[in-house]
Amino acid sequence: MQNRTRLLISTAALVLTTGTAIAEDSPDPIIIPIHNWSSQIVMSNVVGQMFQSLGNSVEYVSTDSQAVYEAIRLGDATLELEVWEGAFGNSFRAAVEKGGIHDVATHTAITREDWWYPMWTKDACPGLPDWKALNECAGLFATPETGDKGRFLGGPVDWLKHDQEKVDALGMNFVVVNAGSAAALWAEIAAAEKSKTPIVLFNWTPNFAEAVWPGEFVEFPAWEEGCDKDPAKGPLPDKVYDCGNPANGYLKIAAWDEMKTKWPKAYSVLQKVNFTNAQIAEMAKLVDVDGMEPEDAAAEWLTANEAVWKPWTE
Amino acid sequence: MSGALSRLPRPALALFCLAALLCLGRFILPDGLMRLPEPLILPFARWINTAFAFLRDDLGLMVVTRAISDAVEFCLDVTANLLYGKSRWPMLGPIPWVVIAATMGMAGYVLAGWRLALLSAGTFVWIAVMGQWKWAMETLSVIVVAAPFSVLLGILAGTLAWRFRRVERVMNPILNIAQSLPHFAYMIPVVVFIGVGPKAGAIVTIIFSVPPMIRMTLLGLRAVPPEIIESGKMSGTTKWQLMRSVRIPAARTELLIGINQVIMQSLAMVVLASFIGMPGLGQKLLNLLQSLKIGLSVEIGITIVLLAVVLDRLSKAWALKQPEHLTAGASWMVRNRHLLIWLGLCAAGFALAALHPYFAVVERKQALTLAGPIDAGVDGFIRLVTPLTDWLRWFLITWVLIPLRDGFLWLPFSAVLAFLAGLGWLVGGARSALICLAFILPIALSGWWDRAMITVYTVTVAVVIALLIGLPLGVWAAGRPARASRFILICDTLQTFPSFIYLIPVVMLFGVNDVAVIAAVMVFATVPILRFTIEGLRGVPAETIEAAAMSGAGPRQVLWHVKLPLAVPTLVIGANQSIMFALFMVIIAAFIGTQDLGQEMQRALSSTDVGKGLVLGFAVAFMGLMADHLLLTWAAGRRKKLGAAQSAA
Repeated sequence: MQNRTRLLISTAALVLTTGTAIAEDSPDPIIIPIHNWSSQIVMSNVVGQMFQSLGNSVEYVSTDSQAVYEAIRLGDATLELEVWEGAFGNSFRAAVEKGGIHDVATHTAITREDWWYPMWTKDACPGLPDWKALNECAGLFATPETGDKGRFLGGPVDWLKHDQEKVDALGMNFVVVNAGSAAALWAEIAAAEKSKTPIVLFNWTPNFAEAVWPGEFVEFPAWEEGCDKDPAKGPLPDKVYDCGNPANGYLKIAAWDEMKTKWPKAYSVLQKVNFTNAQIAEMAKLVDVDGMEPEDAAAEWLTANEAVWKPWTE
Repeated sequence: MSGALSRLPRPALALFCLAALLCLGRFILPDGLMRLPEPLILPFARWINTAFAFLRDDLGLMVVTRAISDAVEFCLDVTANLLYGKSRWPMLGPIPWVVIAATMGMAGYVLAGWRLALLSAGTFVWIAVMGQWKWAMETLSVIVVAAPFSVLLGILAGTLAWRFRRVERVMNPILNIAQSLPHFAYMIPVVVFIGVGPKAGAIVTIIFSVPPMIRMTLLGLRAVPPEIIESGKMSGTTKWQLMRSVRIPAARTELLIGINQVIMQSLAMVVLASFIGMPGLGQKLLNLLQSLKIGLSVEIGITIVLLAVVLDRLSKAWALKQPEHLTAGASWMVRNRHLLIWLGLCAAGFALAALHPYFAVVERKQALTLAGPIDAGVDGFIRLVTPLTDWLRWFLITWVLIPLRDGFLWLPFSAVLAFLAGLGWLVGGARSALICLAFILPIALSGWWDRAMITVYTVTVAVVIALLIGLPLGVWAAGRPARASRFILICDTLQTFPSFIYLIPVVMLFGVNDVAVIAAVMVFATVPILRFTIEGLRGVPAETIEAAAMSGAGPRQVLWHVKLPLAVPTLVIGANQSIMFALFMVIIAAFIGTQDLGQEMQRALSSTDVGKGLVLGFAVAFMGLMADHLLLTWAAGRRKKLGAAQSAA
């Protein structure tokens, strides 16, 4: 009962003071969506625990990483800490256009997604990371289903990475085989590692895989704006997708429009939240390599990095 | 040969010839007979999406579904608070794990004695000491709400169907389709109408687990002997009293079997429902698999199996248990002794929990783990068999799978239609031929023909291999009763073990390709064949076998000429189940990487495209229903012939 009165009062206060003074945060829980990769889960827990230290109530809900923007727009979830340009840029932009969700801040961390190989591949094909050298070694990557051509193991088709277009445009000696999930990609690397078989596959940074299997991205002709639409862009005058993916994609924070008025304090903290690639990889490593639970990993990270996050909450 | 051909019904023969002709004439056929021409493809997905948009926006169904989901969410909050201490009303939980373990043990004791008590308490102790308590309680907090909802809904719908013939007539086909729709197809509309999170998980679980309850209610109410009803009426009951005090108690066994089915189906949804936000064991399992922690995932898999076994045994014991009738005049203490013991145990549990926090919550850090040895075992196994699997992979892909797959895609769709119609005619005359066409034609019309053919190819190969492995293994296993029950136990375990766990080792063994997909599907499809072979052979009457032995048949002859022919109806059910399992698994195998309907289904789920998801779901369901129709009709015809032969003899 007391809760409800407080809620009523604070809502009334909100209505009266919207935009003028900083009101108290609502006692309703801030709902943070978590997805199926560990850096995002740990980062969500880190920020969630920061909110809790301010007295907010926080809840986590696991959601699909594409559908989450629709959920935030409708207020079913409150914020998203990892909006990857390459993977979720489209869903995010579409949701922003419909309204209800907005761009809060951009991390220092940059994201990159492209063809990648673990280090042992370089021993077999020393000309790497150049894409032409990779093409010369195509035979090393051949599998029964691809015949003489090399196999490139792509991510799930719904990630829309245009690998096939790239192969066609650059005339590469590769066949794109799509894995059905990230787990299938990791399972392939783990299997290749046992016999040090050369493998080239889709990967991204920041990611726990960097900590487990050191490796490099293949260097394609550098990305130019419009390379995917305008044949004139990129090295080949008559082809689209004749370039690599952007090497410095953004990593943004998005939030429900009403977060600003409902939890003004938490929102002002969220605006200052900013992580680097190293910090994100560290978070992922605590879970994926050290085997900690995400909650514990977040707590550990917070104690070890007070200097980083304390200023954001003041 | 010509004799066999001429014995075929003429129309079936004509249809087979047509199919063969269409294949032979492939090179001169107009394109329209190869694949359905573009203008004839019907935009089912758009129609469904329009219908859904109308329901949601114009009819305001959203308000209704949101109201339902709010009610479900309230219940979920209560159980979540009690079981794992989510900060919601009534703010009492979490209940210490020792208390819950004691309660479950007591339930086992009351229903079936010491052995079940040990099993059920032991399971909960395992969950706690392995540090999975919170996850398991998150899962159970959803099931504890979903299962009763599902039971009530099932009884209600089942009663309606029993009372009104027309309802039954409408409901039956819906149930048939619902039970063969892949799980993912259900989930997309739920995401649209309910959103994501535990409530969506609960609602998907309810939808998935309600059909068997409806069927069992209908069956139970129908089977009540008229004498009982008569005596009820003679005692002057009203309609309602007759229902409540006569019909439902008389249908008790069927209803309890229905409840058992609901619980099993709910557990089967644990992992899949986590795709739309159900927390707990399933979500944890997927996250662990994502970072290749196979050992830890297997631990969770074991927990899910143990939970399924315990809940299965408990509910079956409840179904078998006859109501106890104490002598009149027994004291209150005697009548309620179980209650008193339980209260005592709970008090002891709470005291223990207050004494030491270990007995309230086991932290993850204090948890025991088997992950190390399991990981080492899996790793060693993979290293050991890699030379063999590399060869197998090369051989299967180059010589078997790619040619077969190309063959399936090479077939003109018109030839497939003609062939299936012919098969239908052969099995059940014109009616079956039409039924087969009615199932397969919409798939062609939907425009997903190529992908559907890849699904058919995967399922066919997997089921054939499953038959080759399952039948001989089943025959061998049925040889001795002890061996048979051991194999049935293995089947039970494999069936409840979350199928996602197979996917990762399979990729490590074979890589991302069709061999991996077929291996994963095959494991799952072998289970029902093995089980029904054993059951079928065990079910052959001992007198028949004895009679055959007395007439001088050797063990081999008995097997080939007596046991197997008599077991055929059961074997057919096994094959039928195997196809159903394979269809479910082939959709999940999209997570390895396929190019079939499953891959599109996965895409539809991530873009919440209801129309596309349902169209793909129906395509899969129709394939399953067609196989089901063909096999069951054939078995029924055979049984009739067998019966006729026997009565003639």
